[in-house]
Amino acid sequence: MGERILELSGIYKTFDGMDVLNGINLYIEKNEFLTLLGPSGCGKTTLLRIIGGFLTPTQGDIFYRGKRINDVPPHKRNINTVFQRYALFPKMTVGENIAFGPNIKKWDKKKIDRDVDEMLELVSLRGFRDRDVTTLSGGQQQRVAVARALINKPDILLLDEPLGALDLKLRKEMQIELKRIQQESGITFAYVTHDQEEALTMSDTIVVMNGGKIQQIGTPQDIYNEPKNAFVADFIGDSNILCATMVRDLEVKFLDCIFPCIDRGFGENAPVDVVLRPEDVILVPKCENLPSGEVVSSIFKGVHYEMRVDVCGETIIAQSTVNCPPGSIVSLRVDPENIQVMHKSENSPDRKKITSDEISEVEI
Amino acid sequence: MKKNACLIPLYVWTAVFVLFPLAIVIYFAFTRAGGTGFEFSLEGFSRLADPMYLGVVLKSFKIAIISTLVCILCGYPAAYILARSRSRAKFIIVILMLLPMWMNFLLRTYSWLSILENTGIINTVLASLGLPKVRFLYNEGAVILGTVYNYLPFMIMPIYITLLKLDESHLEAAADLGANPFQAFLRVTLPFSVPGILSGVSMVFVPSVTTFVISQLMGGGKVPLIGDVIEQQFRVVNDWHFGSALSVVIMVIVLIFMHFINRGDVESGTGNGGRILR
Repeated sequence: MGERILELSGIYKTFDGMDVLNGINLYIEKNEFLTLLGPSGCGKTTLLRIIGGFLTPTQGDIFYRGKRINDVPPHKRNINTVFQRYALFPKMTVGENIAFGPNIKKWDKKKIDRDVDEMLELVSLRGFRDRDVTTLSGGQQQRVAVARALINKPDILLLDEPLGALDLKLRKEMQIELKRIQQESGITFAYVTHDQEEALTMSDTIVVMNGGKIQQIGTPQDIYNEPKNAFVADFIGDSNILCATMVRDLEVKFLDCIFPCIDRGFGENAPVDVVLRPEDVILVPKCENLPSGEVVSSIFKGVHYEMRVDVCGETIIAQSTVNCPPGSIVSLRVDPENIQVMHKSENSPDRKKITSDEISEVEI
Repeated sequence: MKKNACLIPLYVWTAVFVLFPLAIVIYFAFTRAGGTGFEFSLEGFSRLADPMYLGVVLKSFKIAIISTLVCILCGYPAAYILARSRSRAKFIIVILMLLPMWMNFLLRTYSWLSILENTGIINTVLASLGLPKVRFLYNEGAVILGTVYNYLPFMIMPIYITLLKLDESHLEAAADLGANPFQAFLRVTLPFSVPGILSGVSMVFVPSVTTFVISQLMGGGKVPLIGDVIEQQFRVVNDWHFGSALSVVIMVIVLIFMHFINRGDVESGTGNGGRILR
């Protein structure tokens, strides 16, 4: 792949004794669309601010093209940011906002003029140059913020939940728009979001974070199809996460049945977690060798029906274009390649149960 | 109809407390004491051509302008530091700055006398060190000092309140786009605070032009300002007509001045200061 332009090595960040980042190791390649994905409070924005230079890590180093830049202030980094609430300068027009960076850097006036027009074109805001930024809609302000950052031709563009304030329809449009802008400009994007669908739609690489740690790095396909642990599986898309036992290579036992699978190397009778995506759970008429249960509910979702099936005390979510009415008894079938086996982690279903039991004991 | 009814108290208030006194001042300004009573006259205005009075008017404006500028130069950094500070002591400092304003104006000015006079604190210290005494009082500098001291909080407060509203992310955005802290200040913070500065200017400049207590105490009567002359006309000379004419002239000049201040405020956008004329 491309050249590594930014490298983070062993980054820790502590605020008032709270560990926000716990040993982050990450590199960003040229021209990629990298997304930091995680729930709020996972440290993704802190990490972005460290890259931008607005925060310094408590421990660890940032390398920019091989050079350590921990102490380089933001205005000396060739990295630009699209802020969460855009932070457009209120007393300037759209054009003046976009020209802010070039004016500071004292570019040639004609070049600034030309580039501003070029940027307005890129973000589909031709004719808005002399408009007051406070009169723009959220989506338009967003585009100005992107143009204002991109005109500086940064090596990396940082975007901090830039679509958070927009409504759903506009958000979808802007996702496609941002991806197009990224491809046309050829600039590396580092994007922060808590919206897994947004991450899957736009990214080349997704970095899933939780509790100040990286949970998994991979392409959207990797992250979705082969989540590394229960947290990733749970966070990305709907999933059934079950406690299981790896009987031996290629055989995994859950819901009191042994299923053939394609994983090996976990050892014999090893406790593991498995993930079943709802669309991979196939409901068939009751059959002796397969786990069976009663359909508890069925909801029509447009493209498919979503059924909840009670099997051995677990609720399994299954999606199908064929409806199985509540009350019917069905069996579950899963193809071997659709069973994702994972090592146990702190988010495993049984660990979660233990903690909730502990809590209820305390309450008693 | 209903809307107009709501405004009636405002009209009454304005008539009683603004228009009526103003009408009296204008009436006196355009009349003189004749044989059988008051008669129309521009005598009060024509006496203004006297170089002595013209000099006093110019000096009043000079001192007010210098005092206002000094207030900006001293007040802006104070307001800036206060607004940017995250210290808890900040509110205590704000209260301390306001505290003298709740004390009697005369008392505050007298306290400067006891600091600066020939037998005052500073000169006593100088004398005990064997140094020659310094004459601080009874000159223009002393009047400016008194004016600045009395009106500085009126400059600090509006600037401070404007700067409080400055979004930190705008400064981060400026830094992000390559501006060093000084450039970010010039291009983001300063333009943002213009309404506060203008508001402060109008709150300092106007009372400075017409002050008379400060010039009498700190200037010892050696630096007569327009306020002193007007006061004299009413209390000593008993020429209400000339005193009123002077007041009207000063009022017109201040009105013109305020017009420009307000225009600057409107042009600068958010306009949360100097709304006196709007």
